[in-house]
Amino acid sequence: MNPLNAHNLVIDVPGRPGGQVMDFTVEKGQIWGVLGPNGAGKTTLLHTLAGLRPPRAGEVRLGSSSLAGMKRRIVSQQLGLVFQERHDEFPATVLETALIGRHPWLSPWQMESGEDIEIAEQALKRLDVAHLADRLVSTLSGGERQRVAIATVLAQKPDTWLLDEPSNHLDLHHQVAVMQLLKARAGDGCAVFMCLHDLNLAARWCDHLLLLFPNGEACWGPAENMLVPSALERLYNQTLVTVDVDGAPVFVPAQV
Amino acid sequence: MSRSPAPSFLVLAAMSLLAMALSVSVGSVSVPVGDLLSVISGSGSKLHQTLIFDLRLPRTLAAFATGGLLAVAGALMQVLLRNPLADPYVLGLSGGAAVGALLAMLAGLGTALISGSAFAGALLATLLVFGLAHGTGSWTSSRLLLTGVVVAAGWGAVITLMLAIAPAQRLPGMLYWLMGDVSYARTPWPGLVLLLLVCLLLFPLGRSLNVLARGTMQAAALGVAVRPLEWLIYLVASLLTATAVTTAGSIGFVGLVVPHMLRLVLGNDQRIILPACALAGGTLLVLADALARVVIAPEQLPVGVITALLGVPTFLYLLYRSRG
Repeated sequence: MNPLNAHNLVIDVPGRPGGQVMDFTVEKGQIWGVLGPNGAGKTTLLHTLAGLRPPRAGEVRLGSSSLAGMKRRIVSQQLGLVFQERHDEFPATVLETALIGRHPWLSPWQMESGEDIEIAEQALKRLDVAHLADRLVSTLSGGERQRVAIATVLAQKPDTWLLDEPSNHLDLHHQVAVMQLLKARAGDGCAVFMCLHDLNLAARWCDHLLLLFPNGEACWGPAENMLVPSALERLYNQTLVTVDVDGAPVFVPAQV
Repeated sequence: MSRSPAPSFLVLAAMSLLAMALSVSVGSVSVPVGDLLSVISGSGSKLHQTLIFDLRLPRTLAAFATGGLLAVAGALMQVLLRNPLADPYVLGLSGGAAVGALLAMLAGLGTALISGSAFAGALLATLLVFGLAHGTGSWTSSRLLLTGVVVAAGWGAVITLMLAIAPAQRLPGMLYWLMGDVSYARTPWPGLVLLLLVCLLLFPLGRSLNVLARGTMQAAALGVAVRPLEWLIYLVASLLTATAVTTAGSIGFVGLVVPHMLRLVLGNDQRIILPACALAGGTLLVLADALARVVIAPEQLPVGVITALLGVPTFLYLLYRSRG
């Protein structure tokens, strides 16, 4: 796979001048988590890495080529993105939705083949929503829609996964199931890069973390170096209590 | 996507043929079905020959082309704006065309110039709406829709002004044009050819349109070159509308209702919806035109009145049923 590389990247957060230069590579097998308070620019970073927003400076590379110069179709064969917001103004069933994940792989004249439908059905099954295949997406609950969105990217079969708050709306069991799925993808040689608002999910599942401060500062590195209570307290402007559960740190907001 | 569209297309095609057969056989002189067959096979009376081949068939085909063009244009604009409420009428394209046509009528110009003027008006309206909505910022769909609605209101005012100052003897023609009237159609062929070409051109783009219907970001993330596709749809939809309006005046409702009705029944795969719109939109207008000719025969009603009277209850029924 071609690793995703932020090269001297400054993301363009509207209304925030300057910004720190970021320089990192998401290697095969790694799971990255982006942590930061609301409005720090997590989604902007993710969209910039996906090539959907121009950066203020620097560039995003996929392997040796600059993302900005690549055809969207080629990019989308390697890079999948689970959005935080979704549009379903028009009626579509769950299976139809998962099938659009096959779009990057089909030429204009090709119809979806039996194999594509099979891939989409497998993806739905993996996310535990196969029984909803014929339902309209607009009739699903928030958590079910979230799982359909993840199944769509699973059907897309990218090497690099970008996810914007994948645990949104999910119940505890499905949060863990999704994290296990991502870990399995990483184990199969993919790379995962996701924004998370749940500090403890990040601490438990990510091997690399990127902290995005509201003033535009950022720091990144292996998770164990980043999970410093004082830094996290500054990140969220919130005092934290650290407890130890099964040898791993768990962060709980302190009562004032 | 998963079910076969073939039966739906057979039904739609059969309906189109039936509607056309009905349309050429009814009118001030009715032609029974038996005579219709003999006229088509080359025999039959001279009167029937002239009636069908010179008068009714061209008009029927023109109605079919116009309805198909409007429905496809509506479906495209709805995808472009990701809003099921968009259509050429709502976006002010028909209004621009109407102003162009009425200006030509006020100046006392001939039919050909009226058509040309309507075409120019429709294109001007499109440029105005998309240019203004584009502005300096992004091309958001709500901004585009709002611009279209406001510009349409502006055209409406201009139309009222022109009607108010028009000399009395020109008023009936102008009003008929505004309500939509297929008897203005001169030749059906440009519309029919365009309709066929566009359906063929759009088929390979169908899946990209499906993805685009889910938002520009999602489409870009799935490999669609969003901006070129948006411009293409916009140009095609404008061309379709301009051609339709030029053929038969300002007919509302078809572009809004036909795609919506079909989506309720067939889902939202554009590869199915767009050709289905061409067939169903054409059928609707052919039927409406046939009715317009017989309801108060020998007088004729403007076809736009009938499309609305037929379309409104059908649409409300489908909408009511789909909520279950």
